[in-house]
Amino acid sequence: MSHLVEIRNLKVEATTDAGRRVDIIKGVDFDIAEGEIVALIGESGSGKTTIALTLLGYTRTGCRIAGGSIRVAGRDMARLTEKERTRVRGSEVAYVPQSAAAAFNPAQRIMDQVIEITRIHDLMPRAAAEAKAVELFRALSLPSPETIGTRYPHQVSGGQLQRLSAAMALIGDPKLVIFDEPTTALDVTTQIEVLRAFKSVMRQSRMAGVYVSHDLAVVAQIADRIVVLKGGEVQEIGTTSEILSAPKHPYTRELLAAFSPPGRVAAQAAAESDAARPVLELEAVSAGYGKPGADGTPLILAVDKVSFRLERGRNLGIIGESGCGKSTLARTIAGIIPPASGQIYFDGKPVAPHARDRSPDELRRLQIVFQSADTALNPAKSIEDILGRPLAFYHGLRGAARDARIDRLLDLVHLPRALKHRLPAELSGGQKQRVNLARALAADPDLILCDEITSALDTVVAAAIIELLKDLQRELGLSYVFISHDLHTVQAICDEVAVMYRGEKVEQLPAGDVGSAAGHPYSRLLMSSVPKLDPTWLDRLERDPELVAAFAKR
Amino acid sequence: MAIDVSPTFKPRLPGYRFNLTGWASLAVVVAWAAVAILAPYLTPHGVGDIVDLDYFGPMSAEFPLGTDYLGRDMLSRILFGARYTVGISLAATLIACTTGVTLGMAAAVSGGWFDAALSRFLDALNSIPSKLFGLVVVAGVGSSIPVLILTLAIIYTPGSYRFARALAVNVNTMDFVTVARIRGERLGYLIGSEILPNIIGPVFADVGIRFVFIVLLLSGLSFLGLGVQPPEADWGALVRENIGGLPFGAPAVMAPSFAIASLTIAVNLLIDNLPQKIRDRSA
Repeated sequence: MSHLVEIRNLKVEATTDAGRRVDIIKGVDFDIAEGEIVALIGESGSGKTTIALTLLGYTRTGCRIAGGSIRVAGRDMARLTEKERTRVRGSEVAYVPQSAAAAFNPAQRIMDQVIEITRIHDLMPRAAAEAKAVELFRALSLPSPETIGTRYPHQVSGGQLQRLSAAMALIGDPKLVIFDEPTTALDVTTQIEVLRAFKSVMRQSRMAGVYVSHDLAVVAQIADRIVVLKGGEVQEIGTTSEILSAPKHPYTRELLAAFSPPGRVAAQAAAESDAARPVLELEAVSAGYGKPGADGTPLILAVDKVSFRLERGRNLGIIGESGCGKSTLARTIAGIIPPASGQIYFDGKPVAPHARDRSPDELRRLQIVFQSADTALNPAKSIEDILGRPLAFYHGLRGAARDARIDRLLDLVHLPRALKHRLPAELSGGQKQRVNLARALAADPDLILCDEITSALDTVVAAAIIELLKDLQRELGLSYVFISHDLHTVQAICDEVAVMYRGEKVEQLPAGDVGSAAGHPYSRLLMSSVPKLDPTWLDRLERDPELVAAFAKR
Repeated sequence: MAIDVSPTFKPRLPGYRFNLTGWASLAVVVAWAAVAILAPYLTPHGVGDIVDLDYFGPMSAEFPLGTDYLGRDMLSRILFGARYTVGISLAATLIACTTGVTLGMAAAVSGGWFDAALSRFLDALNSIPSKLFGLVVVAGVGSSIPVLILTLAIIYTPGSYRFARALAVNVNTMDFVTVARIRGERLGYLIGSEILPNIIGPVFADVGIRFVFIVLLLSGLSFLGLGVQPPEADWGALVRENIGGLPFGAPAVMAPSFAIASLTIAVNLLIDNLPQKIRDRSA
C-alpha cells in the first residue's frame, strides 16, 4: 500500500425524480500520498464535493456509489457497512464544511461540539480532550484559546467559527481531512487568517488533506497537487506549479484565463456622448436600519454620507467587505431603503427618496439586478412571464410585439429562445443570472445597479457575464454601478472604483490605481489580501500588523 | 460558457405522481360530492316519510341503514343530509379561506398600520371560543342556512388569515417581490401574481383542513340543536336526533357518525397525498 488514499474508477450515480439514472461521477482515479494536500477544483456541478464526500463513504440523498473503489488507509469505503463507516468518520477521515455557521448547533457551547468526536469514539477522557482542543485553538491562532470554548457559536465571528470547525475535524487525529470550500463564504481579509491557520496546522500535523474549491488562487496557496474536474471527469492532474504555469487541458486554461479578465478599455462611450452630464449623483447620502433617533439618523447607520458622481456611459465600481454598506447603498439608490439624509440626483434631477413616490419613467430608467438569481426570479413563473411583465408594464407591449421583444432580449443575453417556456429552477446558475439581467434590460434603462451579480457564479461563468455586460454597454449605451467584493471583476468592468469601509466611502480612484501606494490604508489592506495565483504568495505576504488590527474584523 | 440547447424544442408535459391512498380518498370525496348533488334521484324513500311502523329498525333489504326514531328511512336521510353537511361547509370554507388568504397576503405585502390593525382585530376574533361564538350568534339571530354559513366563515377566517400571512411574509422578503415593487406594481398584482403562486400549495392544504374543522363544528352545532333545523337534518343533527338509539345499538346513530368520519378522514388523506409534480431538472 503506497498511498494513503487510492481512488480507482469511482462512479457515482443519482436517481432523478422521474426514476431516471444519471451518472454524476464517471470513473475517476487519483491518489493522495501521506501528508499531501490535494485540491479538487471545478465549477459547480463538476462533482468535486461528491467525490470528497465519497472519501467518508457518504453520498447525498438520492445518490449512490455505483462502482469502483475508494481505499482510505487500506479500507475500501465503498464496501464498508454503515456501522464500520461511522467508526472511521472523525477518527480516520474528517470533514470541514463550507458553512461552519450551519454546521454548529447554536444551542450548545463550542467546546462540547469540538470534543464531541472524542466522546463518540471514546478516544480520550474529557479533560484530555479539552486540553487538546485548547492546543488546537492556539495552533489555529484563535483569540483567547482558553475561554473561547465556553462561548456559543453566535458569539464568535464567521472566520473564527470556520477555524473552530477545523479544530473539530482535527481533534480525532484523522489521517485525512476534507475541506469543502471552507473559505468561500469569508471576506478576503478574513480568508487570509483562516488559510494561514489551516496551512500551518496541516504542515505541523503531517495530515493529508483534500481541499475542495472553485477558487484557483486559494487552492494555489495550500495544495501540493491539483485535480481539475469537469462534468464528473478528471480533466487534468498535476502539481500546483505545473497546473498554474503549464496547463495542458483547455478547460484548465479557461479557468486560468477567467482569473485575470482583460481590463476595461477606457470608456469610449463616454467620450462620444455628452460626457459632462452625470446620470447619477449622490450628495451626502446616509441610510440605515431601525428607528430614527432624535436627529433623524437611524439606529444602525449602514451608509454614512456617501457622495459620488457617475457620468453617462461610464461605470462605477463599489467594493468593500461584507457589512460595509455597499448593498444598502444600492438599495438606497433604487429607493428600496429611503435615505435618512442627503439627496440623490438621477439624470440631473432630484428623485424622491422612496421608490413608490418616483414616477414610472424614473423607475424604468433605473434598474437593479440582485446578487442571487434564485431569489430574484419568481420560481412559479416561466421565463416568458418574467420578461414579459416589465414589457407590458413599462411599454404596454402585448401579444406578438411582446413575444418578439422577449426573443430579442434572450438574444441580447445570449440565451436560446426555447428557454422562455422553462421555469427558473430548470436553468443553470449562469442562465438564471442572464435572465435576471434581461429583465432589467426589458425596461430599457439608462443605469443598472449590479449588486454582486457574479458572486454566486463560478469563475468561468462570471467572466462570461462580465463580457456580456461590456457588450451590452457598447450596444445600448448603459451605465453601471457595479457592486462587488471581488476586486478583479470590478477592475474588469469599471472606470472608477469607490472603496467602502463601515458605511463610509474611504476613497474613489481610477480602476487601475486601486491599491497603489498612494491609496487609503484600508484599500491597500484590501488589495493585498486578494489571493494571487502565485503559490508562494501567502507565505511571502507580509501585512502591516497595525493595519490589520485597525481594519480587519477577523 | 456552454449552454445546452436541445436541438428541437419539445413542449414540456409535466408528469404527476398520485398514489393509491390519494386515489382512494379522492374517490370517497367525489362520491360524497355526487351524493350531495344527486340526492333527490338516489333516495329510495321520501326524506320526511314515516315508512316503518317500528322505530330504530335494524338493517334490512328495504332499509339498508335501518330506520330512525320516527321510523323514517335512514339511508335517504343521510343521502339528503350530505347536501347540508357538504354544501354549508364548502360555502363557509370558500368564504373563510378567500377572505383570510386575500387579507393575509395584503397585510404581509402592505405591512405598517394596516397589517397591525387587521392582525390585532382578527386575533381578538380568534380568541373567542368557536362553539360559544356559534351559540351566541344562533341564539341572537336564529338559525338559518345563510346565518350558519356566515357564522362558520367568520369563525374560521382569522386562522386562514394567520396562516396565509405567515407564508406570505416569507415570500415577501424575496428579491423578486422587491423587483416588482420598485417596478411600481400595485398591491393587486403583487399578491395575485408574485405571492399567491408561491404559496398556493400550502394554502390548498389549509383549505382542506379548514373544511374538515367546519364539518365538525357544523355537526357539533347541529348536535346541540343549533344547526340545521328539523325536518331537514345534516349529519350532526342526524346523530343528535337518534342518540336515543345508542342503548339499542341502532344503525341510525352509527351511520351518520360513519358518514362524518368517512368524509373528514378522506379529505385529510387527500390533502396529505395530493398529486406531486415530477420535477426532473436534468431532463
